[in-house]
Amino acid sequence: MEITDSVFEQLANLSRLSFSEEEKQHIKSDLQRMVSFIEKLDEVDIADVPPLLFMSNAVNVWREDEVRGSVSNSEALQNAPQHDEAFFQVPKVIKK
Amino acid sequence: MDYSEKYEVVIGLEVHAQLATESKLFCGDATSFGAAPNTHISPITMGHPGTLPKTNKKAVAYAIKMGMACNCEIEKENYFARKNYFYPDLPKGYQVSQHTTPICKGGYVTIKTAAGARNVQLNRIHLEEDAGKSIHDINPDFTCLDYNRAGVPLIEIVTEPDLFSADEAYQYVTEVRKLVRWIGVCDGNMEEGSLRCDANVSIRLKGETKLGTKVEVKNLNSIRNVKKAIEFEIQRMIALVESGGKVQQQTRSFDASDDTTFAIREKEEANDYRYFAEPDLSPFSLSDELLNDIKNSMPTLPAALLQQYIAEYGLNEYDATQLCLEKETADYFSSLVSHTSNYKAAANWMNGPLRQYMNEHKLSFDSFALAPEKLAGLLKLVEEGQLNFSIASSRILPVMIETGKDAATIATELNLLQVSDSNELETWVNGVIEKMPDKVAEYKKGKKGLIGLFVGEVKKVSKGKADPKLVTSLLEEKLK
Repeated sequence: MEITDSVFEQLANLSRLSFSEEEKQHIKSDLQRMVSFIEKLDEVDIADVPPLLFMSNAVNVWREDEVRGSVSNSEALQNAPQHDEAFFQVPKVIKK
Repeated sequence: MDYSEKYEVVIGLEVHAQLATESKLFCGDATSFGAAPNTHISPITMGHPGTLPKTNKKAVAYAIKMGMACNCEIEKENYFARKNYFYPDLPKGYQVSQHTTPICKGGYVTIKTAAGARNVQLNRIHLEEDAGKSIHDINPDFTCLDYNRAGVPLIEIVTEPDLFSADEAYQYVTEVRKLVRWIGVCDGNMEEGSLRCDANVSIRLKGETKLGTKVEVKNLNSIRNVKKAIEFEIQRMIALVESGGKVQQQTRSFDASDDTTFAIREKEEANDYRYFAEPDLSPFSLSDELLNDIKNSMPTLPAALLQQYIAEYGLNEYDATQLCLEKETADYFSSLVSHTSNYKAAANWMNGPLRQYMNEHKLSFDSFALAPEKLAGLLKLVEEGQLNFSIASSRILPVMIETGKDAATIATELNLLQVSDSNELETWVNGVIEKMPDKVAEYKKGKKGLIGLFVGEVKKVSKGKADPKLVTSLLEEKLK
């Protein structure tokens, strides 16, 4: 798979990142090398191998429906870059 | 010009129902509505590194219940997937949903319209977590976020594009709301957002088989608004196409202040959610035993109960439908008819005086204190002619509900039992005959219809206590 300009732009958009022209050339070639590295795996025949959905064989790891484990409002907010006494705050997402 | 002959409307609905669990889908934060902002959250809800979510078993059982109520095929091998997108109300940067293996596939919901009954085909019902809530208007500089709702379990019930009018959409949402409440998986409260609906609406020329460009309408917070928004959208699209324009694919929001919709975003490029299996959650596999247990725990569904009421109790369709609107009402009726065999009277009492009393006092059957066997006692007194219906419903019933005393006690205390003692009846009847000599003469000349007047007069004199059947025969006897 070739990392074209349009693939690059789409990935940048999905990641909400923007790059200068110089950065773009650099990252594009990095990405291309990563993709080529992963494509090596295409050589393995996995037609009869079911997809691995989970890293262990565990199935049905359930929780009972019980309330517990919440943190206080101030603990919850303490790592947020921007907040007031009740809410997390982000830049305005709707223009009025 | 009426364009309904020229165009056909095609609607698909997505209903999100909040499952009535105590805790969230993947962690133990409470789900209750109305808590102070950001108090029902934990490191799992906020997606902090190193946290491990775990699936709420009850939420899965509730989703299966809804699937069974909608005649779906239940998927036995399930896993969750991440749906990746950035929006501030999504603390982790992805929503955990079921992409490849919706827990319920296919199925249908039966709706009734003026045109009759029809099955609306479902595409799927899947489990997913809710997002948080963005608040745009309390701070001039920032959007504020409350993550209490983030991670609350939802089922998304998705129809095929199989609804063809605003009225059908209205009936469908009404039916879905009734079902989720009936089986107890969701409280159905649309104002609080426990039940939300998005509508995909398109139009096409009649006879065309390809679907037209669809518009998605969001923010439909009542069943009436679902109908109004679709009606508006249909008119808007037809006017647009008739004036030479083209429907654009877009997302619109309903404005309840003037019943219109407005565009909130255009879809310029296809969504790219990059779904992949959620690596933090184990897949789950549903055994036949579990599915059987859930099946056996299901209450009789309203459609089946309605048929039972008609077939076993001889009720007409209207009465049976009224009794099957809510499970609590049906449960009360089922209990009532175990204490009386006068099914028709039981239905009339429930749909008449009882419903009226409850509406006036804003009560509902789920918290109704009057025991069904007490009400059955009242019905019995009326059936035996010891009380007339209007006295029983207007004077005895309210006292029964308020005091919990039985009907016979109240009737005796208030001196309301009908008198069948012949001496007392005779005194009343004689009094009326003496008071109305002219009418008596007319009656004797053949104006037999006057009997009703005499009976009414005796009723008045006796303050409703005279048994009208006995009075009638006594009058007929005396006026021969």
